[in-house]
Parts: sequence; structure tokens; C-alpha cells
Amino acid sequence: MKRARRISARRLLAFAIGDAQADRVVPPSGFTARLTVLAAAAMAFLAVFALALSLATGRLANRWSEALTGTATIRITAPEDQIEAQTAAVLRLLETTPGIGQARLIGRDEQAALLSPWFGPDLPLDSLPLPVLIEITEAGAGYDATGLRARLAGEAPGAVLDDHSRWRAPLVSAARRLRALGWASMLLIAATTALIITLATSAALAANAQVIRVLRLIGAQDAYIAGAFVRRYTARAFTGALAGTVLGAVVVALLPARDTAGAAGEFLTGLGFTGTDWLLLPLIPLLAALVAFAATRTTSLATLKERS
Amino acid sequence: MIELQDVTYGYGGTALLAGISLRLAQGSFHFLTGPSGAGKTTLIKLCYGELIAGQGRVSLFGQDAASMSRDEIALARRRIGVVHQDCQFLDHLTVAENVALPVVVSGRPSQQIERDLEDLLGWVGLAAHRDALPPELSGGERQRAALARAVIMSPEVILADEPTGNIDWEMSLRLLTLLVELNRMGKTVLIATHDLNLIRQAKKQVAARVLRIANRQLLAAGAEL
Ligand SMILES: Nc1ncnc2c1ncn2[C@@H]1O[C@H](COP(=O)(O)OP(=O)(O)O)[C@@H](O)[C@H]1O
Ligand SMILES: [Mg+2]
Repeated sequence: MKRARRISARRLLAFAIGDAQADRVVPPSGFTARLTVLAAAAMAFLAVFALALSLATGRLANRWSEALTGTATIRITAPEDQIEAQTAAVLRLLETTPGIGQARLIGRDEQAALLSPWFGPDLPLDSLPLPVLIEITEAGAGYDATGLRARLAGEAPGAVLDDHSRWRAPLVSAARRLRALGWASMLLIAATTALIITLATSAALAANAQVIRVLRLIGAQDAYIAGAFVRRYTARAFTGALAGTVLGAVVVALLPARDTAGAAGEFLTGLGFTGTDWLLLPLIPLLAALVAFAATRTTSLATLKERS
Repeated sequence: MIELQDVTYGYGGTALLAGISLRLAQGSFHFLTGPSGAGKTTLIKLCYGELIAGQGRVSLFGQDAASMSRDEIALARRRIGVVHQDCQFLDHLTVAENVALPVVVSGRPSQQIERDLEDLLGWVGLAAHRDALPPELSGGERQRAALARAVIMSPEVILADEPTGNIDWEMSLRLLTLLVELNRMGKTVLIATHDLNLIRQAKKQVAARVLRIANRQLLAAGAEL
């Protein structure tokens, strides 16, 4: 008897404080409860991938656009008696080309240094017909590659513009667009979460009309009644989102590592999180809870006002 | 405490109560009688702001009920203990939790009332049923639990709507005694009932005013009571 009484007192206390899961004042409703948790978990799972996509494409865009700011080269191959004239012509031409910051003749020593990894240090450079290389650095908005090629063809037929890094430009903009898509997906996921939680709250408010009536009769104010629903749905959204985030993180962590796939697979396997990226993951359940809090609070207070 | 001045109320078109005035002064004891369907429950609902008068003025502790917000009505209800005709419990909570609910809802720490709760449940004879769920109680037990919940906030006014509606005579007397005790403690009491024997019994214990609803009017009851 005494024992039973003590247990009951503790239960009453927990009831008053509002236990961790939800207020006992509103009866638990098994079906919508599980549905809310499940929906929050699914949304969080998707959010993990959207986040991974955004971060990975962001990284890719940054790396590629760095390469873009690099240099291009002009290679001049011509019969020995013409090469000096053509080189001078190209350098002159570059001086008058808008968008060229710097044009620098790469010396023989430098060329030797570039080649030695492949051919060894004892390469008899002097006996080889090496092309002349001019490194150009872009300035401002960059130069017009097509125009430059046309002028080169006219003035120095042996000169070839090699702007190898330029092909990446469309890829960079594609990566940026993908990143934007990732963030947009996350916004949509947040909005959908808010929608689902709002619908679930409305259903719960309707199902508990009698409970709300009784609470009103004994002097409960709107904020108290709304609070009972808000705490419950916020907790559910948090629990579900936590589970979904953990699951999504595990799946992303199990994706093949970038290095094993080589450079070619970089885009597909670069989806993983690196370093501090992982710190962003706990934000997902927290944001889910925040979204649920805002959605349930607005819905409950509006419904209570309507049903006065 | 609660005052109705020239109040008219009706559901839909026709008036059920017309031009009713009633003053529940502090420490007064009122009976409200009349045939079933006369409007006793309706009058009580006007007294705690569940219904708002179409015409006339209902004042709750000096405030015009018609101009009070929902939250203000809620605050007023904490000062009015109501025993509803149909009890109105939360069936998923135990008797003890239901009785403590007005305190919990008002935001007061309920561990402070744990003692009061024990006393109160003993007073209404429900100590053994504290962990039962409301649907498991008999009619009389429900009425007594409803009374316990109505008084746990130490309200200034107690409105009891047919509190002896579905219980036997002995239990009715016990409940009446509880209400008379509360009145002696200074509470304002109003009991709606069509049980004239109960009223006669009460008049032996307390100076009660008996009012009767007839023809949409509120009249002082005849000498037979
Ligand atoms: N919510 C309601 N809507 C319409 N009519 C109602 C409503 N509540 C009560 N009534 C009617 O008002 C009359 C008085 O009801 P009530 O106040 O409960 O009387 P009493 O408590 O004296 O039996 C009855 O005819 C009843 O049918
Ligand atoms: Mg009635």
C-alpha cells in the first residue's frame, strides 16, 4: 500500500512536469504518432542526401573554378628560321589583346625542368626541336579565345592556343546549379515536414476535441493546451529526424571512398562528408524540431482561437 | 461574485431564459430547481462563461463575461468550481490525476498539493480509488470525484449541476453534507436539482435560498420548500 502510494506520487509529479515524451493530458494516439515519427525520419534521411549533394557539388565547383583562374599556354612550332619572328609576333599580338594580364616566355631551363621527370636529367635539350612556350595569365573578365585563335592563325601560323582549363567552365556552372538544387531540396524537405506536422496536429486537435473541452472547463488557457500538443509533436519530429539522420549518415559513410575510385569517379563518389561537414548533421534533427515547433504552435493556437 | 442582470438566452430562435437576474453573493447558498429542460444547466453555463448571454449582462467577479477573452474566462474558472452534470473527466487519466488536473493546468507545482489531494480524496471517500480510471467508477463515485476536482483549487464559488442525479439517497445526503461544509467554510454554493427531498433536507442544515425556473423566469420557490 505504502509502496503503491509512492509510485503514484511520482507518476503524478512526472505528469505535472510533462514527461519527456509528451504531456499525459492529451491521450497518446498510436497511429498518428507513429506516422509523424516515420515521416520525420524519412524527411531527415532525404535531407542528409540533399546536404551531401550540396556540400560535394560545392567542393567540386570550388576546386574546378580554382583551376579556371590558372593559366593557358601558347605553343609555337615552326621551322628554325621562322620561330623567332613568330614568337616576337605572338608576344606583340598578346600585348594588344584585351583580357591578357601577363605573357611570359618559358625558358629552356624551365622546360628542361618540366620534362626531366619523364626523360631524366641528362636530356640533350639542345639537339631537340622543342617548341616555344608562352604562358599567359588572364586578367579581368578574360580574353576571347576564338578571336585570339583567329589572330594567331593570321600572324603566326605555327602558334597554337592551349586553354585546356576552359572546358571546365560549363562543369563549374553545372556543379553550382546542382549545389543550388541541393539547397532548394532541403528547403522543400523542410516545407514538407512542416506540412506533414501541421496535418498531423490538426488531426490530433480534431480527435481530442473533448479533451480540449474538458481542459477549458477546468481553467486551462490556450497556451497550456497548445503547449501539450506542441511538446508532443516537437518531440516526435525530433526523435524521427534523429533516427533518419543517423541512418542517412551511415549510408553516406558506407559509400565508396573517393580515393579508391580514382579521379574519374570523383564526381560520383565525392558525395561523402569530409571533416567538419559531419558537424552539420546534428543540425538536421534540431531544425526538424524547430520546424515542428513552429508548425504545431501556429496550428494549435489558430485552431483553439477558431473553436472558441 | 457572480451576477446575472436581465439575462436572456436561447438556443436558436426561441428564448429559454428571459430577463433573468440572479446575484450569488459571497457565502450564499442557492438551490436552483425546475422541471427537466427548464434551463438549469443553461443558467449554470452562463455563470461560468461557457455560454454568453445574448441580452443582459453576466458579470464574473466584476468583469463583463461578454467582453472577456478566452484566457480571462479560463482564469475566472479557476475561481469557480463546477460539478458538471456529466462530470467531464479525462478518461485516460486516473481519478487522482483528474482531481489534480485544475492545479496542473493552472501551472502550480502539483507536488505541493499532494497532501491536499490525499485529504480531499479521503474526504470524498475515494482514497481507495485514486488510481482507478473514471470509467471504472460508479455513478456516485464519479459525482464525488467531480466534487473533489471542483474544490481542489479552493474556489470561491461552487456550482453543482444535479450532483445527486444518479446516486442513491444515502450518497446524496453525504454529498449534500460535503457541500454544506464547504458553504460553512465561506464558499458560495449553487446546486441545481429537481430533487425536492434533498432541498428539504438541506434547509435543516443551512439557510438556503430556493429558486425555480418556470416560464423562462426565475422565481422564488413556494412555501412548500
Ligand atoms: N446545446 C444545445 N443546443 C440546443 N438546445 C439545447 C442545447 N442545450 C440544451 N438545449 C435545450 O435547452 C433546454 C434546456 O436545457 P437544460 O439547460 O439542459 O435544462 P435542464 O438542465 O433544466 O434540464 C432543453 O430543451 C434542451 O433540449
Ligand atoms: Mg441539466
